[in-house]
Amino acid sequence: MSMPFYVSPEQLMKDRADYARKGIARGRSVVVLQYDEGIAFATENPSRALHKVSEIYDRIAFAAVGKYNEFENLRVAGVRYADLRGYSYARQDVTARGLANAYAQTLGTVFTTESKPLEVEIVVAEVGATAADDQVYRLSYDGSVADEHGYVVMGGQAERLNGILQAGWRPGLTLAEVLALALRALGAPAEEGGEPRTLAAAQLEVAVLDRTRPRRTFRRLAGGLLEELLAAPVGGPA
Amino acid sequence: MVDGRLPQAYTTAGSASFLEFLQGHAPDLVPGRLSAAAGAAGTPLAPHGTTIVALTFEGGAVLAGDRRATMGNVIASREIEKVFPADEYSAVGIAGTAGLAVELVRLFQLELEHYEKIEGSLLSLDGKANRLSTMIRGNLGLAMQGLAVVPLFAGYDLDRRHGRIFSFDVTGGRYEEHDHHSVGSGSLFARGSLKKRWRPGLDAAGAVRVAVEALLDASDDDSATGGPDTLRDVYPVVATVTQAGYLRVPDAELAGHVAALLDERRALHRQAHPAPSTDPEAAR
Repeated sequence: MSMPFYVSPEQLMKDRADYARKGIARGRSVVVLQYDEGIAFATENPSRALHKVSEIYDRIAFAAVGKYNEFENLRVAGVRYADLRGYSYARQDVTARGLANAYAQTLGTVFTTESKPLEVEIVVAEVGATAADDQVYRLSYDGSVADEHGYVVMGGQAERLNGILQAGWRPGLTLAEVLALALRALGAPAEEGGEPRTLAAAQLEVAVLDRTRPRRTFRRLAGGLLEELLAAPVGGPA
Repeated sequence: MVDGRLPQAYTTAGSASFLEFLQGHAPDLVPGRLSAAAGAAGTPLAPHGTTIVALTFEGGAVLAGDRRATMGNVIASREIEKVFPADEYSAVGIAGTAGLAVELVRLFQLELEHYEKIEGSLLSLDGKANRLSTMIRGNLGLAMQGLAVVPLFAGYDLDRRHGRIFSFDVTGGRYEEHDHHSVGSGSLFARGSLKKRWRPGLDAAGAVRVAVEALLDASDDDSATGGPDTLRDVYPVVATVTQAGYLRVPDAELAGHVAALLDERRALHRQAHPAPSTDPEAAR
C-alpha cells in the first residue's frame, strides 16, 4: 500500500480556494444595490424559472452565483430556517444576521471538512425601516462573512464591475437610477476598450426588497414594469 | 449539530411542504401531537369559537365569522377573530377549539407561503384545500377527545375564474360546497338565512350584506354566537376574495349594513307589536 504524499495545510486550503474561485468566476455576475426605498438585485439570466435571486422571508432576500445545485440547496435550507424560526418565535425575530451566521457555519464546515468546497458566493440582504437599517452580508465559499454597505458584486468579472459601481453609486439613488447603474455594470465589456452591451429586459432577472410594502417586501420586476423602469430617463453622473 | 452547520434536514432536497419538514425535524412543534389528559369528557377545557359563514358571488367569495368565543356558559372573548387570510387568494375561517384553531391557521398560512417560496409558484385552490384537510386529519386524536377544529375554506380559483367554498369534517374529509355554507354552533340558523337570502348574480356588497344578516340570524337563536356589538363597535370579521386578492371589509361599511338590518327589523317588530299605550286607564 502506498503512503499518501504529505500536503501542507496551507497548500491544501489554497488548492481548495483556487478551485472554488475558478468555479464562481465562470458564471455571470450578480449585483446588489441599495436605493432610497429598498435593495435591488440584478443579474443577466435569460431563464424565467432558474432564479439566482429569491425571497427568503418578509424582509430578507437571497442572491447567489456559482453552481446552481449548490446554492439552490442553500436557498431551500434558508427558507426552512427562516420559516421554522418565524413559526416557533415570531415573524420579526427572523433576521438576516442569524441566517448569515448559519450559512457561514455551513460553508466553513464544508470548506474545511469535505473533499470539495461549495462553489458559491451568496448575499443575504435584509431591508430595514430606513436605509440606515438595511443589512447586506456577503458570504464566500470558505464561510467568511463581510458586512457590506451600498453595493455588492459577485461572480464573473467582479473586480471590474466593482469599479463601475464604486464610481456610480451614492446614497439616496432612486430605483430607476440604481437599475441604470446595474445595467451599465452588467453590460460592461469583458476587456478594456471593448464594446459595451445593451441588455434588454427579457435577458435580466431583477428583484427588489421594497421597504414601502407591507409584510412581504420581496418583489420580482419583469415584463412591462421592468421595461418602463429601464426606459425611465435618469439624471445624475453617467 | 456539533460543527454548527445547518442540519441535514434543512438541505435535504425534495419536499416543498413545511409541515413535512416540521414533522421530520421538529415534531414537538406540530400542533395536534399532544393528547389531552383523559379528563371528564364534555367539560369545556378551552374557549370555543363558533359560527362561520361563506357564500359565493359574481367574481369571488365572502367568508365571515362572528366575534364570540365561549367556554361553557361563559363568554371567553367578545372580540376573537376567526377569519384569516390563508394567502393572497384564499381565506380560512375556523369553528371549534380556539387555541388549536388559531395555531392550525398559522401553520396553514406558513405551509402555503413556504410552498410558494420554494417552488416559485402558487398552489392550486384544490391543492390548498387538500393541505388543509391533511392538517385537520392530524388533529383527529384531539378531536375525538372533544377538541375539534372545523374550518371553512373559501378562495378565488385563478384557473376557473370564480369563487369556491370547501368544508371539512374532523376526519379530514373535504367537501366542495356550492353557493353558500356555514359551520359552527349557529350554523343551523345561519344556513336557513343564507338559503333565503342568497341568489345568483349577487355583487360583492350584496354578498357581504347577506353574510352579515346570516350571522345576525345565528346570534339571534344561538347563545354561543355573538351579534354585532354596536356598544363597543365590534363587528363580524368579513372578508372577500376575488381576482384582486384578499380584502377585509372595513368596520365602517359593516356598521352601515348592521344599522340598515337592525332598522329594518325594528320597523317590522313595531308594526307587528305596536308600543302599548301609556295611559293608566287603559291598563286596567
